[in-house]
Amino acid sequence: MRAASTFFWRRPYWYLALLLVPPLLWFGTVYLGSLFALLAQSFYAIDDFTAQIVREPTLATYKQLVTQPANVDIVLRTLTMAITVTIACAVIALPIATYMARYASGRIKAFFYVGVMLPMWTSYLVKVYAWRLLLAKEGIIAWFLGKLGLTGLLEALLATPGVGGPSLSSSYIGMFLVFVYMWLPFMILPMAAALERVPGSLLQASADLGAKPSQTFRNVVLPLAVPGIAAGSVFTFSLTLGDYIIPSVVGAPGYFIGMMVYVQQGTAGNIPLAAAFSVVPILLIFIYLSIAKRFGAFDAI
Amino acid sequence: MTAAIEFRGVSRIYGELRAVDDVSFAVEPGEFFAMLGPSGSGKTTCLRLVAGFDTPNSGQVLLDGADVSSMPPYERNVNTVFQDYALFPHMTVLENVAYGPRVRGVAKSEREQRAREMLELVQLGAQGERRPAQLSGGQRQRVALARALINRPKVLLLDEPLGALDLKLREEMQIELKSLQKKLGITFVYVTHDQGEALSMADRVAVFNKGRIEQLAAPRELYLRPATPFVARFVGSANVADAALAQKLGFAAAFAIRAENIDVQAESAAAPPDSVVAPGAVVAVQFHGAASRWQVQLDAGEIWSALITEEETRRMNGLGVGTRVNLSWPREAAVPLSSASSG
Repeated sequence: MRAASTFFWRRPYWYLALLLVPPLLWFGTVYLGSLFALLAQSFYAIDDFTAQIVREPTLATYKQLVTQPANVDIVLRTLTMAITVTIACAVIALPIATYMARYASGRIKAFFYVGVMLPMWTSYLVKVYAWRLLLAKEGIIAWFLGKLGLTGLLEALLATPGVGGPSLSSSYIGMFLVFVYMWLPFMILPMAAALERVPGSLLQASADLGAKPSQTFRNVVLPLAVPGIAAGSVFTFSLTLGDYIIPSVVGAPGYFIGMMVYVQQGTAGNIPLAAAFSVVPILLIFIYLSIAKRFGAFDAI
Repeated sequence: MTAAIEFRGVSRIYGELRAVDDVSFAVEPGEFFAMLGPSGSGKTTCLRLVAGFDTPNSGQVLLDGADVSSMPPYERNVNTVFQDYALFPHMTVLENVAYGPRVRGVAKSEREQRAREMLELVQLGAQGERRPAQLSGGQRQRVALARALINRPKVLLLDEPLGALDLKLREEMQIELKSLQKKLGITFVYVTHDQGEALSMADRVAVFNKGRIEQLAAPRELYLRPATPFVARFVGSANVADAALAQKLGFAAAFAIRAENIDVQAESAAAPPDSVVAPGAVVAVQFHGAASRWQVQLDAGEIWSALITEEETRRMNGLGVGTRVNLSWPREAAVPLSSASSG
């Protein structure tokens, strides 16, 4: 035992290697390895007659993805949903996170943190199905709006072409509400963490130099919250891009990327197309991060 | 002449703690005013009350004769140099300095021109495009100064501005700050816990203790004639004899005696005429370069210290830690103290 301790004490690199090899093996083979195995599949194609995978490198599957209008629609639909959900989450989260990080203290602060995380302790499926009931035609939301005499408003909303539908639970509006509900904590928490790191003296300095509270918020608080917003938006954006349960339980019948991956690799047995579809969110996130970087989202970290 | 700042019976209470306790004082226009005290003595709270980051529970804070007790900071014509500098990390140095005019609606070209002038003033003309994180501590200090001065405030508040700098840089900045203040004629209010800094820079010093001002006087006065035991100890590092000890040494009331006025002699040596003698034993001799501090346990109780020049120390053959000595000092060097504070 003592000899072993001395051995590693004298050779710190051996110690480091011993510490790092098991997790790196896991990360490299099990995690990244399977991901690359999946991505490699996207360069194969399926033989239309035999429904067998042809194991020869080809871009045919990608060609199919970008040329078939139905597939392009799926990508655009998912992308639009991800962007709107991200914006809505950011807008709702900012005041809450600001309050949590800068004003609340003690019990109120603990209450808010628990309150934000509490929904995550419940099964995701239960929440999605619960939302379907809440949003249903005879559901509590429609009933409540009826009591308020706002049925007309709801009907006008549902009559909106493109995003409307027969009821909230079978429209893109309903799907949007569920997405925002599900991913809001993932926006609030990084944003609050970013705002907590802003020293109070910066806000005092801003006021001291003559900035009204609204100017301090715009010039100091918001720019310093940007890394938090960027981190949170990566979560909300990628979670929406990849999700297949919410679009299949709530909302209009149009396919989303996640559903397409699920259907193609399962029922249809077209693993190359499923793999090609799963490359799309990766690419979109990559583009999103490049844009965020260009706008200086990570400068102040 | 209207005072630049005036406190009238100001108190600031946090729960049980009386951070500022019925404080009144006035700062003259153009004065370099220091607020000196240990941490938690109320000096920084007073500064925050002037800046407007805090409001008093009772009493009034006046700026230029007008009551500003409940006026928000962005409407006050005072600016602050923060202890941690509080530079905006997402802005360049130039943008930081131009921030004051920017939020007051000054056009971009004009405010950048003014910011460049301010950067020249603090000798950072070439650093405008850099970020605060790329600067050294001393440079950040200067940026904070330029940013606080660009609005041409009536009063500049400095909260331990040199605390984070090393000794040499601190001494350079002390000289610079003082000459800058003379040049601009702005009232400076300087918060520090470093008595040397306060004494060397300020026109007047307010010594804070437990939320109150113990003494407000010019540096020399404060050093030569401390009013209370606390001021004697904190400002002059003086030896203090409370009433009981004073009586044993033949004095009517409590007094202070500065270390440099005390002589250390062998027990057998004859005391100089008209001096007070207190016997004791040496417990430590600390070498400080030009002088050594001799710590002596008095037979009458406390440990006192005597500052002996290096030349004299060399002549004290045979005296050292553990030997018995006599401390002596001229009777008139003792400064009588009011016992208002327990120190």
